Amino acid sequence: MTAVSISHLHKSYNGKPAVEDLSFDVNPGELLGLIGPNGAGKSTTIKILLDFLKPDSGEVSIFGEPMHETLKNQIGYLPEERGLYKRLKAIDQILYFSSLKGMDPSKAAEKADLLLRQTGMLESKQKKIKDMSKGMGQIIQFIVTVIHDPQLIILDEPFSGLDPVNTEMMKNFISRLRDEGKAIILSTHQMNQVEELCDRVLMINHGREVLYGDLQEIKGDYKEHSVRIDVDGEIGKLEGVIHQKSNKGITELALAPETTPQHILDQLKEKGRTINHFEIKKPSLNDIFLHLAGNNHE
Amino acid sequence: MNKTFLIYKHEFRLAIKRAGYIILTLAVPVLALLAIGIIQLVSSLSETQENQLVHIGYVDEPGLVGEAVDEGYARFIPYNSKEEANQALGTYQISTYFIIPDDYLSSAVLQRYTLENENTTSPAMAGMIKRFLSVNMLSDKISPELMNLVVSPLNMQVNRVTAQGEEAIEQMSFANVLIPGIFSLLLSLSLMFGVIALVNSLGEEKESRLIEVLFSSVSVRQLLIGKLLALGLAGLIQVLFWLISAPLILQLASSLFGGFLSAIEIPSSFILLGTLYFILGYLLFAVLSIGVGAITPTAREGGQLSMIYVMLSFVPLWFATLLFMFPNGAFSVLLTLFPITAPIQNMLRLGVTEIPLWQILLSIGLLVLSIILGLYFSIKIFRIYMLMHGKRPGMKTLIKHFRST
Repeated sequence: MTAVSISHLHKSYNGKPAVEDLSFDVNPGELLGLIGPNGAGKSTTIKILLDFLKPDSGEVSIFGEPMHETLKNQIGYLPEERGLYKRLKAIDQILYFSSLKGMDPSKAAEKADLLLRQTGMLESKQKKIKDMSKGMGQIIQFIVTVIHDPQLIILDEPFSGLDPVNTEMMKNFISRLRDEGKAIILSTHQMNQVEELCDRVLMINHGREVLYGDLQEIKGDYKEHSVRIDVDGEIGKLEGVIHQKSNKGITELALAPETTPQHILDQLKEKGRTINHFEIKKPSLNDIFLHLAGNNHE
Repeated sequence: MNKTFLIYKHEFRLAIKRAGYIILTLAVPVLALLAIGIIQLVSSLSETQENQLVHIGYVDEPGLVGEAVDEGYARFIPYNSKEEANQALGTYQISTYFIIPDDYLSSAVLQRYTLENENTTSPAMAGMIKRFLSVNMLSDKISPELMNLVVSPLNMQVNRVTAQGEEAIEQMSFANVLIPGIFSLLLSLSLMFGVIALVNSLGEEKESRLIEVLFSSVSVRQLLIGKLLALGLAGLIQVLFWLISAPLILQLASSLFGGFLSAIEIPSSFILLGTLYFILGYLLFAVLSIGVGAITPTAREGGQLSMIYVMLSFVPLWFATLLFMFPNGAFSVLLTLFPITAPIQNMLRLGVTEIPLWQILLSIGLLVLSIILGLYFSIKIFRIYMLMHGKRPGMKTLIKHFRST
């Protein structure tokens, strides 16, 4: 069964559209990246999904049903900004929110200890949120989101405030949850995070779908005809290259339509150059977004 | 477990752990005990002072006083001349002296001399001299009973009767007004702190986006009803604590001071109605605060807006004199029935007069109706504005949004 199904969603504020004709699905065991710049409509979509806002039109179903109170126990939500009681201890906070999700107190305490240990936060469990760093608070927020073993997890900018070590730890955690069969929606404007984690992406801009589908397929569709190389010595003039530019030792060559990367490689060999790096350039999500947003704008 | 109950439990714990709540709850009896202590200290100090006789000299030029009698805390010492009296004053044998001039009977003017820089004679000193003169000038002319009346002619007692001419059960006295008056003040304080706490809590939850996490687990109704019940119970515990401690403090005070304090009784009707008005007042203000908390983007702005109805609820205290003068006047009845002023007004009025039953029932009915309607509209407003993080909507926008839902 599909975890989330949204079709032809419309929502506007004071006549100004925030979400227009948006449709997408998320399946169990799948991580969907909801991406787009600030103000694209990501938060509005999430708020409609969680039933905080009513759509003007369109259908939303969670595990095959329209959203209702009991479904809330199967959802874990991590908001964009910290949603914790500042003057409450981390453990009290975790246990309170787990009780609101219908968890048994003794099981919740056991699971809280496990998650705190796994995230390296066990020693800080008696600390108040106001005495924690932003990153530590974000980890507690993450534990609050997943402690009740939700089947649908909605993460809004989950890496905000985390240092590289904790970002990596959080990424591993999220991947593991996906592998366990949870349906995950990861909303962010940091497209590089999505590239690393997501199976599929939904890119929105001005409330409309710009791109939706399998990440690898999308990247394949938008593959550029260029290579990036690093060689010892001068590259010199190469046949079939339309344009070349260098930055910090790496040279990017835009190839003519009939030229293959192999042909460039052969020419460099013939010239006797030592090749340190050779890469067929794939566009980043950011490049694709800029390309599509540019087209959209035109 | 029911989610409303979980929220209620959590919010109740937060409410009673708040420093403001603990301080206010304990401060009232502690301050009362402190006040009793201070009064006792002051009275024991003045008693010590009173035990030390004041020596007052006098020169009786026309010989009106005759053989003087000591009066109370003063010892009156006769001197033959002003010079003698002056000498005694200069050597601190007396603290002051006065001269009864020859024309005293026609002029009634005395001259008093003192080493202190005094503009007027203190009432205590004047009282002692007056009594001394009355007693000594009239003792051989009138009976002791008449003498007592001359010295203290007025001890008036007011008795309340019914329209049928029978003595009313509840007699009006300062003692009867005191407790309702104090409780009205306490209710005002408690309401104000309760409102501030609720508006702050909602404001903080909105500002920190905690509200989003909560609503991903519970409904608006569950959250708000849980909060209301928790705050209501915290308020009730507070007032019960005061009500329980009041008789003990009164007992202690009356055993120490006696007098009018021993006459104070807290009528059961006041306890019942007072508690009911307290709960209803608390709930009404909590419901209004939810609406305010919903439409204001920050706790600070919410606090400022809530002061409008908090101040409005204090109107009975501002016009307390008018209430004491005309407890059944039109203005008094209006404040009794208007839901925002009803809780404080009726607590005050219960001490001054017997409120007609229809007014009590109508005011309670209006309060309950306001709470139900307030809760309905507050939940609706909260649903519309719970995620709002911008500017507070104007009345026009509010009505427009209301209609669209």
